[in-house]
Amino acid sequence: MDAFLAQLWIARWPLFDGFLLTIGISVAAIVLGTLVGAVVGISLVFAPKLARLPFVVYVDVMRGTPVLVLILAAFYIPAVLGLSLSATQAGVLALALFAGAHIGELLRGALQAIPPGQAEAGRAIGLTFPQLLAHVLLPQAVRMALPPWINTGVELIKGSSLLSMIGVGELLLRTQEVIGRNFMTIQFYVFAGLAYLLVNVVLDTIGRTIERRLGTR
Amino acid sequence: MNYALHFGAVWASFDKLLSGLAIGLGLAVAAVAIGCLLGILSAFASVSKLRLLRMVSGFYVLIIRNTPLLVLVLLAYFALPSAGIRLDKYESFIASLALYSGAYLTEVFRAGLLSVPKGIVEAARAIGLTRLQTNLHVVAPVMLRNVLPSLGNTFIGMFKDSSIAAAIAIPELTFEARKINVDTFRVVETWTVASGLYIAACFTIAFLLRRLERRFPKF
Amino acid sequence: MSDAAARPLLEIRGLKKSFGDVEVLKGVDLAVRPSEVVTIIGSSGSGKTTLLRCVNLLEEFQGGAIVLDGETIGYGEAGGRRRRLRDAELSRQRAMTGMVFQSFNLFPHLSALGNVMLGLRKVRRMAKDEARTLAADWLNRVGLGNRLDNVPSQLSGGQQQRVAIARALAMNPKLVLLDEITSALDPELVQEVLSVIRRIAADGATLLIVTHEMRFAREVSDRIVFMEKGRIAEEGPPSEIFGAARSARLAEFLRNSGH
Repeated sequence: MDAFLAQLWIARWPLFDGFLLTIGISVAAIVLGTLVGAVVGISLVFAPKLARLPFVVYVDVMRGTPVLVLILAAFYIPAVLGLSLSATQAGVLALALFAGAHIGELLRGALQAIPPGQAEAGRAIGLTFPQLLAHVLLPQAVRMALPPWINTGVELIKGSSLLSMIGVGELLLRTQEVIGRNFMTIQFYVFAGLAYLLVNVVLDTIGRTIERRLGTR
Repeated sequence: MNYALHFGAVWASFDKLLSGLAIGLGLAVAAVAIGCLLGILSAFASVSKLRLLRMVSGFYVLIIRNTPLLVLVLLAYFALPSAGIRLDKYESFIASLALYSGAYLTEVFRAGLLSVPKGIVEAARAIGLTRLQTNLHVVAPVMLRNVLPSLGNTFIGMFKDSSIAAAIAIPELTFEARKINVDTFRVVETWTVASGLYIAACFTIAFLLRRLERRFPKF
Repeated sequence: MSDAAARPLLEIRGLKKSFGDVEVLKGVDLAVRPSEVVTIIGSSGSGKTTLLRCVNLLEEFQGGAIVLDGETIGYGEAGGRRRRLRDAELSRQRAMTGMVFQSFNLFPHLSALGNVMLGLRKVRRMAKDEARTLAADWLNRVGLGNRLDNVPSQLSGGQQQRVAIARALAMNPKLVLLDEITSALDPELVQEVLSVIRRIAADGATLLIVTHEMRFAREVSDRIVFMEKGRIAEEGPPSEIFGAARSARLAEFLRNSGH
């Protein structure tokens, strides 16, 4: 144990940097993914049938493809198309596209779960479509979609560990580098696992608290 | 940006991709089969009267669901040998994915258990079935039918996660695709085909599952 | 009358049952002789369903005793303390009584035949062919001989309840408990179920019934028990209970139930 603590002390800054990068990547992905998801979700419900098609395809492709494949594709493809993305940027792009499809589906489900009477009542008092969306439908849908949205956050933090496979220096890659130096395999993998666990449990707890608050209001 | 598509190099290795797909499916089937066992036991524990069993099940789900699969896979493959447990890469990956899927399946089966009407359990007890007989002949079959759709979704999720086996050089679809990508540098074609294969497999599984669901009467 | 016939088949003595702080049975005494049909009436919350569920050991109870065919059921003594019996014992004792529920509670994954056969196979340990023959015979008797292979979702409420009756009776129970078996049925399906019960009663089965069908209760019962607030308030033959001589509370209950 002492030996482990000594090694941990030596490795504290790389691990901490990796941890921060993990958080940063996940936050960036959930922010971008939520923006994409909002457009996708609203379009899937309200766009004319033909205009919906590209969104349907997007969602199906993203949900049928493993995240790791998305990450590798985002890492290799832009370069040959003449775009230069760093590994981190490629990783964030892949996670955000993945999250966008999931959040879009969440929002679609939530919007469709709102009783049709709500929209009718909104129109009856003369609201325009954007007003209806902003003041009647989205507030209800967001409330319903919030708990699974937090869960998407957990999935993204877990998914960000896959970026170690394209050389992004997040927590897991930093951990592997540390292990490469001191060979304390079990100790440092468990340590990394606990770090992920901690963040996700905190996130999960926040999600549950919000859910309870919203539920009782 | 002048990239011309040439699928020839990818088609030349298409058999490798297909065998990779088969390996991925095999990994998922084996892992989910073991995961179902874990999940059913853990689900029964989660609704048990004994607090200790409920806690064990709760911790299992909490820990596994909040840990990245890749960490579990690396831990099982690289770290377990130093604890004296030696598994080959297939065994260690199946073990990791089984453990991982078991946590998700716990929640699937738990919801299934809670979906079994209390009345039919009482009816079974009333004709004199013991607790074990009731679980075996009444609760389990009703639960299994009720969980079939979410069981299918979990399987599809685990099949996609079998791509992570590439991290320990198991020659499944993602691993083969990456190899073709690096060898031929037909980047766009490789990943389009690989992704297409995954999507086709997922849709096929979903289609077969819906057929299966229809073969059993709904309750 | 022989001794065996004179001895009560079911004897409930001082039965007390609470849900938390709420005492729902406050010392109930009741005896049922073999082949007797006893109907319990009373307003909801009077404890009649709970009483039935105690007899079938679906509920635990805190005081008193239930003796079925000479055997004290549900509880035993261990080191001078009252102890709930082991699961296997409870199961064996439950199999001595049959119960039909308000909500049918058929096993949704099994056919009508399968529903009746399950107990015969697993509890009575009958061979498959024997169980099948007996189950088909009982389904015939309740008028469902042409519905053997239908699953519950393909049957009407009345048909489901008749399968449930066959399921209970095929086990050859000493005592049959019927818990508001027509309450969940559409009015036009009530009679097909009640006529099955009339036939069973005529065949000499011992029945303990909870029902809101006063006309049926009067016609089929040897004895009526009126429960109120966890106690038996009055009991007697139907002619007496439904006749002129009765307490004000019973009169009010009967008036409110449209008799």
